[in-house]
Amino acid sequence: MTAATHGERRHPARAALLVLADGRFPAGGHAHSGGAEAAVKAGRITGAADLEEFCRGRLATTGLVAAALAAAAAAGVDPRALDDAADARTPSPALRATSRRLGRQLTRAARAVWPSPALEELAASRPRGAHHSVVLGLTAAAAGLDPLDAAHAAAHESVSGPATAVVRLLSLDPFHATAVLARLAPQTDRVARRAEEHALAARTGGTSALPAASAPLLDLFAEDHAAWPVRLFAS
Amino acid sequence: MHLDHAEGFPQRHTYSAPLRTRPDGRRRALRIGLGGPVGSGKTATVAALCRALRGELSIAVVTNDIYTREDAEFLLRNAVLPAERITAVETGACPHTAIRDDISANLEAVEDLEEAVGPLDLVLVESGGDNLTATFSKGLVDAQVFVIDVAGGDKVPRKGGPGVSTADLLVVNKTDLAPMVGADLGVMARDAAAQRGTLPVAFTSLTAPDGIAPVTAWVREQLAAWTAVPV
Repeated sequence: MTAATHGERRHPARAALLVLADGRFPAGGHAHSGGAEAAVKAGRITGAADLEEFCRGRLATTGLVAAALAAAAAAGVDPRALDDAADARTPSPALRATSRRLGRQLTRAARAVWPSPALEELAASRPRGAHHSVVLGLTAAAAGLDPLDAAHAAAHESVSGPATAVVRLLSLDPFHATAVLARLAPQTDRVARRAEEHALAARTGGTSALPAASAPLLDLFAEDHAAWPVRLFAS
Repeated sequence: MHLDHAEGFPQRHTYSAPLRTRPDGRRRALRIGLGGPVGSGKTATVAALCRALRGELSIAVVTNDIYTREDAEFLLRNAVLPAERITAVETGACPHTAIRDDISANLEAVEDLEEAVGPLDLVLVESGGDNLTATFSKGLVDAQVFVIDVAGGDKVPRKGGPGVSTADLLVVNKTDLAPMVGADLGVMARDAAAQRGTLPVAFTSLTAPDGIAPVTAWVREQLAAWTAVPV
């Protein structure tokens, strides 16, 4: 094996990960705050320091679960079983609906950007939308990415969404918000690696090998937020 | 690795504007976008169009509010269409993103309406009030209307911008207010023509009886052209 092919094997599709994880990827994420709008209104996020704590909590809980589901989907675990597992790990009906809506929007974008039979099959079996993290994993695979890449995309998205939203909600200095994401990067990497381990275990052990961390306050906020008559973000 | 679909037609998966049919092969509804600055009368124009055309056409409306449901509720309160024909898309404080850079939520809304109350002849997609650069993606709508008003100042057409210069129809609304705000309609018409070349401009006063007529006539032309092309 030459050095060039060795390098290719180690990094088969790095640029595709940048495309997928780009906040401008047109799959609807811009209209969602990941719970940040409700947290801002409750006075729990008032600046960059609070935002960092909020993101740290989200990353360690729902971020880890989403990353593991995405990695498992990219690793070839049955997406319908993963979709059921995502339901079981999402106690809030409002968040289940949001996740399926975003999953459907991502499916629409992914089918145009990286067409694949796996996405077609999932779209046919879940016409109202599969969970976002499961679609994200299949999209990553269709883009030639591996389970760890899928986990990175999901983990990053679990914190980049709230950070962008808080810039709009609080007129937070965008440099400070991005610095929060940079400070969280090592933890994001760790969460992605843990998620990959769970995903590889799920290939033989089934979906019970996936983490089930939850964030009760995010669930309560989401239910409350869904009932607001006036809001900037869809969730 | 399966990339065997890559040479296909991506729009068949997205049913975005370039594709003229629905999944079942029938002609989809003509989609017209309405954009323009805050308060220029977009929602009033949509309401007037619905009242003028709902007797002859099957219509639905998608709104893109900044604060989610304000415009949709105006249309509901005024009962211009039954509630099941109006959907509000939430835009996360970025209405221009939802109609141009990331149209996925609006495409969902349009398709859900066609599924739920279709077949439809016409879907009006109203943008949230935005700036002079906000335009609709061609992946979302077939034609777009940009609505400005005389009270915003008669210099708006001269300033140009993508909305004023490139919209398929420019509507200059609230002409009844022109004398009160010192707006010169002749100047607006001349500047609009300079920016737009042969693209049409409609002057409207929605407080007048059938003040929407020039816009209604334009919509009928678009529909005739749309249905003249075989699917």
